[in-house]
Amino acid sequence: MSVTTLQRTPLYQEHIALGGKMVEFAGWEMPVQYRSGVLKEHAANRRGCSIFDCSHMGEFILEGDPVTSGLDRIVTQSVVDMPVKSCRYGMILNAEGGTIDDLIVYRLAPEKWMIVVNASNIEKDRRHFQANLLPAARLKDVSAETAKLDLQGPLSRDILSRLVPEVARLEYYTFDEFELLGERVIISRTGYTGELGYEIYYPWDKAVRVWGALLADQRVAPTGLGVRDVLRLEMCYPLYGHELTESISPLEAGLKTFVSMPKEFVGKAALVRLEQSGLLRKIVHFVSESRRAPRQGHQLYSTDGQLVGEVVSGTFSPALNAGIGIGFVKKEFTSIGKNIIFGDEKNRTGAGMVPRPFYKHGSLKS
Amino acid sequence: MEIIEHYLYTKEHEWLDLDGEIGTVGITEYAQSALGDITFVELPEIEKEVEQFELLTSLESVKAANDIFSPISGKITEVNDELTADPGIINRDCYEKGWIAKIKISDDEETSNLLTADEYSNYLESLDRNGDGDSSDE
Repeated sequence: MSVTTLQRTPLYQEHIALGGKMVEFAGWEMPVQYRSGVLKEHAANRRGCSIFDCSHMGEFILEGDPVTSGLDRIVTQSVVDMPVKSCRYGMILNAEGGTIDDLIVYRLAPEKWMIVVNASNIEKDRRHFQANLLPAARLKDVSAETAKLDLQGPLSRDILSRLVPEVARLEYYTFDEFELLGERVIISRTGYTGELGYEIYYPWDKAVRVWGALLADQRVAPTGLGVRDVLRLEMCYPLYGHELTESISPLEAGLKTFVSMPKEFVGKAALVRLEQSGLLRKIVHFVSESRRAPRQGHQLYSTDGQLVGEVVSGTFSPALNAGIGIGFVKKEFTSIGKNIIFGDEKNRTGAGMVPRPFYKHGSLKS
Repeated sequence: MEIIEHYLYTKEHEWLDLDGEIGTVGITEYAQSALGDITFVELPEIEKEVEQFELLTSLESVKAANDIFSPISGKITEVNDELTADPGIINRDCYEKGWIAKIKISDDEETSNLLTADEYSNYLESLDRNGDGDSSDE
């Protein structure tokens, strides 16, 4: 594998020093795991505190009124009623109702916003915003100057409070600006693991200091993209390219909560048509009867052997001590409590469909 | 990278420990390190006949499923049941407690198709030189 053309975050050398196993992800050279391995990293996150380098992700700053800028028409969630210093999760859609990306909107001021997007989608998101924003809006892509560190786990508040005491007052899905090692930065109480946690947006060229200061606390473990995928899957959080794509609508992905149907937005007409004609497929979450894990690309079968769908994400879940998976099936096969079979030509394994999330004991809102 | 002197090896990173007509099979330090935490081992069926370099079984790490090939032809006589509940034994002790199956060897001349410890060690060095290290985990 050639890695010469991949982009690197400001923490690349830190990952190498910690024994990070570097892999390509969305055009970036990122740590998939560190020396201790994915299972120990999982335990660190669920029981202690872990830190992820998410500097590859994209950040846009948008200035403008939510309506006259066009922002409210681009994002599936309503943003006009967002309190300042709150975050809101939503999607941006194409005209067919497919998902261009999922993202988090931060309301920095009544007419100033930060939009956090997936690394793989930065370019196309920027184009979509530019094409749909109105002349009153000013959009700036600050991804290249913004590092993002995610401190996640039940001990994260205690640990981050030692550097930033005021962070303890942040409620779930809110943020503020704080002084951290001499810089005034945004810290939000958000995350992608199901545990209490914070996302720290920090100047790119100074991110090494914060990484070092947080890891100086012996309770903090560095964690890679491998366990990040396991943790988000245990929570049934969608990962773009799996549960959400340009041809999957948020309705099919079970994310209607994050779509404000009363307002107008790009893709709404297609969603209305989908609702009227009935969804053709639906998302299912299932637990393997063994430690064998479902994998992306596996087929899904009914217990009488009929092909009913396919797996889009799967892994071994340390929390459940079993394989877990997410897939799409024909609508008639999706009631909770039903059994389903996953596998390929060689192997088929039974599983039980369950309500989401798989992991229900997180410290997320503690 | 630890290698056991009296074992034989395949280029797919399985090892074979010969004891008379019985050969014990497992995966090497290189393989377990590249795979990372092993989360599932499918144990082969006892009495099943296997062919040299053909599929023996599969195991899974957090990331992916991986095929294990038999270093020798023969009949499975025993499997390591401990791995069902605790596949991590392979990560902790791949050359002893992490054995996968025992095979009653049908043709001991096939051992000439396997690598000695020295040959396997040289093979690993050639992989490193070619930058193929860890390719199974990517």
